[in-house]
Amino acid sequence: MSTNTGTVEKYRNNFLKEVEANVEEGDWVKMCMQCGVCAGSCPLGKHWAHPPQEIFMMIRAGKREEVLTSDSMWMCTSCYNCIVRCPRELPITHIMHGLANYAKRLGLAPKAQPTAWFSQVFWDNMMKKGRVNELKLGLSLYFKDGIVSGIKESIKHQKLGMNMMKAKRMSPMELFGGHGVKSAGDLQKIIKKAQEIENARLESYGK
Amino acid sequence: MAKHEYSYYPGCSSQKGASGSNLQRSVDTMCEELDVKLNQIPDWNCCSASIGYGGGGVLPRMTLSARNIALSEQHHPDQEIVATCAACWLATKEAQERFEDDPSMMAEANQALAEAGLEFKNKKKIRHMVEVLIEDIGYDQIGSGVKRPLEGLKVAGYVGCQTNRPFGIDGESFENPMYLDKLVDTLGGESIKTYEKKVQCCGGALAFSEPVKSQEMIHGIIESAYDNGADVIATPCPLCQANVEIYQDEINAKYGTKFDMPVVYYSQLISVAYGRDAKDSSLDGQIIKAKKLEKIAGK
Repeated sequence: MSTNTGTVEKYRNNFLKEVEANVEEGDWVKMCMQCGVCAGSCPLGKHWAHPPQEIFMMIRAGKREEVLTSDSMWMCTSCYNCIVRCPRELPITHIMHGLANYAKRLGLAPKAQPTAWFSQVFWDNMMKKGRVNELKLGLSLYFKDGIVSGIKESIKHQKLGMNMMKAKRMSPMELFGGHGVKSAGDLQKIIKKAQEIENARLESYGK
Repeated sequence: MAKHEYSYYPGCSSQKGASGSNLQRSVDTMCEELDVKLNQIPDWNCCSASIGYGGGGVLPRMTLSARNIALSEQHHPDQEIVATCAACWLATKEAQERFEDDPSMMAEANQALAEAGLEFKNKKKIRHMVEVLIEDIGYDQIGSGVKRPLEGLKVAGYVGCQTNRPFGIDGESFENPMYLDKLVDTLGGESIKTYEKKVQCCGGALAFSEPVKSQEMIHGIIESAYDNGADVIATPCPLCQANVEIYQDEINAKYGTKFDMPVVYYSQLISVAYGRDAKDSSLDGQIIKAKKLEKIAGK
C-alpha cells in the first residue's frame, strides 16, 4: 500500500481532520469565515486556480485530491498580506506552505510546477554546506531542462551575470566550494534528526 | 566599548561576493558612524528563507533557526540578535515565537540540536537593524550626525513585504509604514509620500521560479517610482533590492520601457549623509549607478 492510499484509509476520507493533524497550522482551517480578503490581498491572486478561502472550503468539503494536486499553494510569494489582513488572524501563509509541503511529501504536488521544483533545489543547495550557494542556485535554474536549453538560458542571462560579477555581487569562486558553515556535517545531523522526529510524528498519528 | 552591541546574523546574501554584499559593506560603514558593534554569530547557518518549505518540513526549518539562536546564546549571552536581511529576521523571529507558543516543538528542536551537543533556551529577542536605528538610536540622534544632507534627492521608500509583515516595526502600520520616509527626511532628503507601491510584493523567491509573474509586479514598482518623480528607490531588504534592480534590462525588453532606476539601501543613504565616500557607502556595488547619490558623496 502506498503512503498516499494508507493515509486515505487512516482518515476515512475526513480530509479536514487529516489537515488539522498533519499540515503546518492546519488546525486553523476551520476558522475561515469565507470573507475572501486573502484572495483580494494576494499579489499573485489572479494566478491562483483556487484562492486560499476556496482551498479552506474545499478542505472542509473533503476535496482531498483537488486540493493536494492544485498548484494554487505554490503561487504563495510569502508576502504575508493575507496574514495581517485576515479578520480572524489565520496564519494563511503558513497554512499554504504547510499544504504545499504535505502535497509534495505525499507525491501529489503537480509535476514540473516551477516553485515546487525550486523550493526543493533551494533546500538541497542550502543543506549541502549550511549556507546558500547563490551561483550554483542560479545555474541549476538555467540548466533545469538539460544542457542545451541551459546553455541557451545562460547566454540569454549573460549580461545579468556579468553585471553581478562586475559589481562583486556574484563570485565565480562559488563554483569551487564557496561559503559554508564549518561544521556542515553537524548541521546535517541535526536536521536529519529533526526530519526523523517529524516523520515519526506524522506516521504515528491516527494509529 | 561601542555604545550599542548586538549578536549579529548577517545571512547568506550578505557574504563576500554574494548578491547583498553591498548591503553588508554599507551596514559596516553605517555602524562605524553610529557606534554600533555587530558581533557575528560564529558559524551561523541559513534560515531556509521563505522558500525552503518545499524541501523542509516545519520542524527541520524551525530547527535551522534554533541552531543560530543556540550559538548566539552560547557566544553572546547578553546580546540581542540583530539581522539586516528581511527573510533572516522573519524566519528567526517566527521560530522564536513558535517555540515560545509550543514547548513540545521546542523540546523536539533541542532533541535534534543535541546531535551536535547544542541546546537553546529561546530567551533571545530577535530584532531588525531598522529597529535598532529607530528604537535604540532614534531619529534625532541620527539626524544630529548628518554631515552631508541628501539635499534635493527624491527617494521612493520601498519597504517591501517581509520587513513590514507579519511583524513590522512597532507603532507602524502594515499598509502605510512611514519609517523609511521619516529616515529619508531625517537625512535631509525628500521622501515621496505618494509612492503607492511602497509595500507591493516584488515576487520574493518566485522571481526565480515565476519570472514573468514577478517581473510584472516589479515593473509596477519601478513605474510608480518614475511617475512620482523619484531619483532613486531605497529599501531595507536585500531580495527587494536585487529583484527591483537587476531585471530592469529584461523588463525593458519585454515592456518597451527605458527603466534605469537605481535601487539603494537605507544604509547607503546614511553612509553618504554621514560624509562617507561612494566606496565606503558601497555605491560601486550598484548595477544601475545611483548618480545623484554619487554626486552628493563626492561633494
